[in-house]
Amino acid sequence: MIYLASAVVMVPIAKRLGLGSVLGYLVAGVIIGPAGLKFIGMEGQDIMHFAEFGVVMMLFVIGLELEPSRLWRMRKSIAGLGGLQVGVTTVLVAGVAMLFGIGWKEALALGMIIAMSSTAIVMQTLNEKGWLKTVAGQSSFAVLLFQDLAIIPMLALFPLLADHAGLPDGHAGGSLVSALPAWQQAIVVLLSVSAIVLTGKYLLRPVFRMMARTALREMFTATALLLVVGIAVLMTSVGLSPALGAFLAGVVLANSEYRHELESSIDPFKGLLLGLFFISVGSSIDFSLVISKPLLIIGLVAGLMLLKMAILFVLGKIFEVRNAQNFIFSIGLSQIGEFAFVLLSFSVQEGVLGKEVSDTMTAVVAISMAMTPLAMMVNEKFILTRFCLVSAGLQTAQRPSDVEEEDNPVIIAGYGHFGNIVGRFLRANGVEATVLDNDSDNVDFLRRIGLKVYYGDATRYELLDIAGAGRAQMIIIAISDEEKRLELIETVKKHFPHLHMLVRSTNRNDAYDLMNAGMMHIYRETFDTSLRLGVDALKLLGHRAHEATRMAKTFFVHDERTLKHLSSIRNDEEYIHAARQHMEELEMIMQADREAVNLNALAGWDRKAEAETA
Amino acid sequence: MSKVLIQFAHPTHSKSNVQKTLEKYARKVKGVTFNDLYEHYPDLFIDIKREQQLLAKHDIIIFQHPFYWYSSPPILKQWQDLVLEYNWAYGPKGHALNGKKIFNAVSCGGGRDAYTASGYNRFPVGQYLLPFNQTAYLCRMDYLPPFVVHETYTIEDYTLKAYGEQYAELLDALVNDRIDPAELARVEYLNELFPH
Repeated sequence: MIYLASAVVMVPIAKRLGLGSVLGYLVAGVIIGPAGLKFIGMEGQDIMHFAEFGVVMMLFVIGLELEPSRLWRMRKSIAGLGGLQVGVTTVLVAGVAMLFGIGWKEALALGMIIAMSSTAIVMQTLNEKGWLKTVAGQSSFAVLLFQDLAIIPMLALFPLLADHAGLPDGHAGGSLVSALPAWQQAIVVLLSVSAIVLTGKYLLRPVFRMMARTALREMFTATALLLVVGIAVLMTSVGLSPALGAFLAGVVLANSEYRHELESSIDPFKGLLLGLFFISVGSSIDFSLVISKPLLIIGLVAGLMLLKMAILFVLGKIFEVRNAQNFIFSIGLSQIGEFAFVLLSFSVQEGVLGKEVSDTMTAVVAISMAMTPLAMMVNEKFILTRFCLVSAGLQTAQRPSDVEEEDNPVIIAGYGHFGNIVGRFLRANGVEATVLDNDSDNVDFLRRIGLKVYYGDATRYELLDIAGAGRAQMIIIAISDEEKRLELIETVKKHFPHLHMLVRSTNRNDAYDLMNAGMMHIYRETFDTSLRLGVDALKLLGHRAHEATRMAKTFFVHDERTLKHLSSIRNDEEYIHAARQHMEELEMIMQADREAVNLNALAGWDRKAEAETA
Repeated sequence: MSKVLIQFAHPTHSKSNVQKTLEKYARKVKGVTFNDLYEHYPDLFIDIKREQQLLAKHDIIIFQHPFYWYSSPPILKQWQDLVLEYNWAYGPKGHALNGKKIFNAVSCGGGRDAYTASGYNRFPVGQYLLPFNQTAYLCRMDYLPPFVVHETYTIEDYTLKAYGEQYAELLDALVNDRIDPAELARVEYLNELFPH
């Protein structure tokens, strides 16, 4: 409760001050931690382990957003940029540490620890600022991904670096397979990875389809959670990073139609756990240590962050990240990440580092994480403005070729017989739409014929958000359920007021409701078709085709006008019995039909008719 | 001060080069109403009331369009058929357009020399526009010489820009009543009033 309360208080304050939620959580952690109000003691560490699950979920969600093909296209930046960052930082930091008289083994371990950046902080911050799809965002992501991969060999390497005998119970995180010889370990790891891929590819879709059929939202959420937890457990037991496993599962599911729905069910948990994680990082800063050796700690934080920043900046230059973007990239990744905590405690177990060094480093890491949002803010306020690129430049920054913009200008909600005609027409004219439908069988069928359709309830804010409603230009509301349509309209009005809404309506009464909801573009689903039938009827009765068509068009315009007129009258008489009202309306429509002077569709051509009416 | 109404007709606007440029310049001139017919009536279903009200409100009407088969795109013909009603635009009681000025602003693929007795188009542009001329006459309007852009397929950007500026100058002069009727009589194209 203390955690929640402190977050509820601090996060809005931090946001209001323009600091981002990450800093808010961190400050909340500091305040309630041992150094502040002492609401929580050292159990912060345990909470942190629990909360690291947020990071796992975040990587799962990131994986969901990354289709394998896109990941493959990013291979260059992941291996190149990420590999160089980890390598160069490790070597340089180790070099500097050796200059200070630290043995090479310890120095190397420190270098590797410090090379890590914080996935949680960086991704959260980039996401909040909407920078994930910029060059800086993509490069940061590539580096972070490589770092996650690099953890595995590092964990394997640390025991070899042990100078003095490790603590007696210092096993590799208690993993099940650590007792096996190396080649067997490798096989187990390979097997579990392929298990994840195969399960994701073949087993999960039928399971999700079944869950979707139950139409219980909770079941879907439960399944999604079970999936992530299961992967985490599996990965931990074979000695891999659970975050990496979750990421892998996410990538496998990225092509599935349930992707948006999965994302939106995991999202709240992810957010909360990440928050908890940041709070525990804040609370774990050991201020007594900082106060006893302030210069050393501050010097270390500043020195290490500057060093990392410099390396990243140079690498960014080499990889042609433009200046303003390069600042975001290098400053963003300059902190030391949460994996450092894991590596530090592991290295103490393995006897690579002494307790004193590791305690100091823990404080340094935590402070450097806390400094990141501040540094980003300073960057945004002072450095970026100097480049005159703050918002405009970021929006239009050219994207590297390996990143594909997925956002479509159009969202179609409901892809039944109505929506799918609209969608096909748009597609035939080169306009791609993001399609949402909540009938899982329909989605399944449409995907089999090669359309990108996503399963989900379009009235949910989260789903719309993930489908790119924030960046789309319009939403075509083609779902058949009248009440759902109104619900969706309210959601869009509230969260995405910039979207044009083009709405299907069932009949006149429904059209009135939509008008009352403020809709400008309303399409009665049977109106045009009925009129076309009317035209053919006239033709069969001997009318000329062109004349009949013009008469239908005249009727169409006339009827739309009457509809608007009657809707305003109807509002004043809302209490009249519905049936009676309907009769009256019908009468009024017919009267208006007769009175319409314009109904003579042939006006202009027919001089005699003109002369008679004149 | 006169109010100018441009009745613009281009069925493939997105592929247009010359007309789009003229449009760009015309839209910048104060006192000019730009009525994009194909945009308002994509299915040629013209709102007669609206069009008649527009005509009534303006003093000078311009049909701006590419020269298609020596005439206008079809919507302008449809427009004439429907909007210029008997006893409104013409006929014993039709005085709505009395004394208004009207002319065509056209773009042609051929050069000016093609539109001569010895050229491959044989007749001058003004002759092809005779139906418009006579329509104006019947509606008791004053038909002015056309504004013409030639050689639209090979036109260079700087020439096109010059045409645009010329068009804007003409429109501005029309709005501010700076056209000398005596000069009108001696030109074949309105372009000649604003030599570049």
